Amino acid sequence: MLTFPPFEVLIQGILSGIFMGFVYALIAAGLSLIFGLMEIVNFAHGEFLMLAMYTAFWMYALFGLDPLLSVPISAFALFGLGVLVYYGIIGRILEGPMLAQIFATFGLAIFLRASAQFLWTPDFRQVGNALVAGPVRLLGISLALPQMVASLAALAAFAALYWFITQTETGVALEATAQDRQAAALMGINTERMFALGWGIGSACVGVAGAFLTTFFYVFPDVGSTFGLLAYVTVALGGFGSIPGALVAGVVIGLLEVLAGLLIAPAFKYVAVFLLYLVVVLVRPQGLLGKF
Amino acid sequence: MRRPTLLLLGLFLVAALAVPLVARLPYHRDLVIKVLLFGMLAQAWNILAGYCGQISLGHAVFFGTGAYTSTVLQMTWGMNPWVGLLAGVVLAVALSQVIGYPCFRLRGHYFAIATIAVGEIVQTLALNWEAIGAARGLSLPIRPDSIAAFQFHRNKYPYYYIVLALLLACLAVSAWIERSRLGYYFRAIREDPEAAASVGIPVTRYKLIAMAFSAAFVAAGGTFYAQYVLFLDPESAMPLSLSILICLLAVVGGVGTLWGPLVGAEVLIPLSELTRVQFGGTGRAVDLIIYGALLTAVAVYQPAGLAGFFRRAWGR
Amino acid sequence: MALLTLTGVTKRFGGVVANYRISFAVQAGEIVGLIGPNGAGKSTLFDVITGYYRPEAGDITFENHPLVGRRPDQVNRLGIGRTFQKLRPFHAMTVLDNVTVAALQHEGDPTAARAEALRYLEFVELADKSVNYARELSTGQRKRLELARAMATRPRLLLLDEVTGGVDQRTIPTLLQLIGRLRDQGLTLVVIEHNMRVIMSIADRIIALHLGEVIADGPPSEVVKNRRLIEAYLGDAFARPPREG
Repeated sequence: MLTFPPFEVLIQGILSGIFMGFVYALIAAGLSLIFGLMEIVNFAHGEFLMLAMYTAFWMYALFGLDPLLSVPISAFALFGLGVLVYYGIIGRILEGPMLAQIFATFGLAIFLRASAQFLWTPDFRQVGNALVAGPVRLLGISLALPQMVASLAALAAFAALYWFITQTETGVALEATAQDRQAAALMGINTERMFALGWGIGSACVGVAGAFLTTFFYVFPDVGSTFGLLAYVTVALGGFGSIPGALVAGVVIGLLEVLAGLLIAPAFKYVAVFLLYLVVVLVRPQGLLGKF
Repeated sequence: MRRPTLLLLGLFLVAALAVPLVARLPYHRDLVIKVLLFGMLAQAWNILAGYCGQISLGHAVFFGTGAYTSTVLQMTWGMNPWVGLLAGVVLAVALSQVIGYPCFRLRGHYFAIATIAVGEIVQTLALNWEAIGAARGLSLPIRPDSIAAFQFHRNKYPYYYIVLALLLACLAVSAWIERSRLGYYFRAIREDPEAAASVGIPVTRYKLIAMAFSAAFVAAGGTFYAQYVLFLDPESAMPLSLSILICLLAVVGGVGTLWGPLVGAEVLIPLSELTRVQFGGTGRAVDLIIYGALLTAVAVYQPAGLAGFFRRAWGR
Repeated sequence: MALLTLTGVTKRFGGVVANYRISFAVQAGEIVGLIGPNGAGKSTLFDVITGYYRPEAGDITFENHPLVGRRPDQVNRLGIGRTFQKLRPFHAMTVLDNVTVAALQHEGDPTAARAEALRYLEFVELADKSVNYARELSTGQRKRLELARAMATRPRLLLLDEVTGGVDQRTIPTLLQLIGRLRDQGLTLVVIEHNMRVIMSIADRIIALHLGEVIADGPPSEVVKNRRLIEAYLGDAFARPPREG
């Protein structure tokens, strides 16, 4: 059942897995941030990514803007979307029943995906002339430049996020709200604003990731669903609410996906990932570095 | 039963029995059968999620199990499809216990995601399992019209009555559950599992019971589907989109009530057909746009769904 | 033979020791008051006894049945009922349904269970609110509802977590009467309470916890003079020796 590919392919696969892993980590970090704050899983997270990718694509298609330059636009747009969704939807169901919390964002996901299909058709879109394109040879191994750039950028964004959370006053306030909502409120922190900020930043992470993904991924309405599912697994593995955990978990998932695809069969790469999710939540619910 | 409920039930039965006389076109007949089938599936999901509060987003797994079990038994060993239906139900219930036992330890969101994970794993396995046709699927052998063979070709109305019977059975069982000790326990578990345990309720056991009832009816629906469409593949029998549709109908219609899911199916499925007709090519997306918006709106504003909305309008 | 016996019960949460080597026995028919400053580990002890947490060390025996390792529903079916400090009625269910759920344990038929539930509601003087939803009740009413719900499981030992907390002063005498009636019914009670006057008036015996340990165990008149206890509550400035003469 296990088939070993040639050594070079294996190394390329492992590196590719690590690169994608950093991107997964950034996507998951956003989800984890939101969950850490208010114990709500954003079931529309994948669709947010999809919107980020379309943003970068349309900036390219309509204005010739390279996706790398669209990163701030995409991040900003998604930040706004996150805040909007918080005030419009999430803020109203924070204290509600589990059903409301799950289906509010689930409904949003369906709505966004279908709207994208309606507005932009199910066609696969591609950014043709990205600044970063093509393979690069390093020590005899062929690496995809767009993936490398995306992963380095994801890592940078991740570091920036971590710095923000631990070193800035707002960031610390955010963490404090995540740790103990009541205590934070007693200390004068505006928890409502923190929640909205959390949604904004979490979504901005996805905005960054999405723009970079456009350099080597097709853009289509359904693209968010797989990334969304992978994000849940990553967050669960890393530990819901743990940003550093998301990084470790992202790389693990990225590697697992590639290795399962190479060693077993491409059709089974997600089976391995989902099995990992089940094993993790059943054996160690708090994940690798998580609090819950 | 209260008088208004009896009256509603009576009206429903009369309407239901009269439909075949009124809807003569195959298109309408298919639509009505679809409404009843999905109404039943949504109500079955409701038993687990609405009454007992366990949100499963992977219920299509049981649908596929029912459909494939009866079909494979029929094609490989010539087993009668009705016996196959029972076998499918048994297998689905067993599967539900295997899935539920470890997963019920998980809290709300984690459980929901776990059910998605299970659903995806099973669908991928089915897509690659040669013995059951893999991605190509299975075409059921055509048999001459008969109840025993569970196939009707010239006059498809027996299908309608069969699915109506399934729906009524599901509603009857649900009504019985509501009034029995099971109903009380399910609701307590839904409200607060820890408090429920403090009054002596073995929480996991009752969750598994709810799961069993739910899976059983969904599997029966799966066998019906296989016999009706006479073709089966993992894409149509156990996709995530089917799981989501079932939840959607129940939630928008009114989760935790007896009539909500059926109302959801009666409103949303014709709506979907309508948008398909109106908007042509991209029609499929328009119904989903409405579904998504409705689902979020119901979750935020009116968790009692359309049924709750109607009940308010009726002044009850 | 004691009804409930704890021996060396220790419960840790990571680095925090919530209960440390707790040992005591409760005799049938007693009303035991469990007191101590906030964070002393009282509610946690209830959670450990009723199976929500598993202790790291120690034994708990109820009527000769070992309790450690049993699930909360099993503990309840053995005969121990409890209320919660942060009240947890079934909010979206009616008052009657709340108690019926509990009554169904012994009275399998819903109609009979409902009738029995009504009797318990009458006992706690909440029968007139039967058709109201639990979330509509005031704090005092919710306390009585939880009491009725716990009673409906026909326990022989009742663990009451905070009887008078958050309750209107005027309602306290009614609640105290209720507790007295419970004892008359043959129930044994362990009551966590912060209101010292209440405890002094109803308890046969007081067990005091501080930082997870038992620091006093005896009749109220003795415990009240316990220096360590006074220190724990008020700081050692107050724990001066009693005046001479």
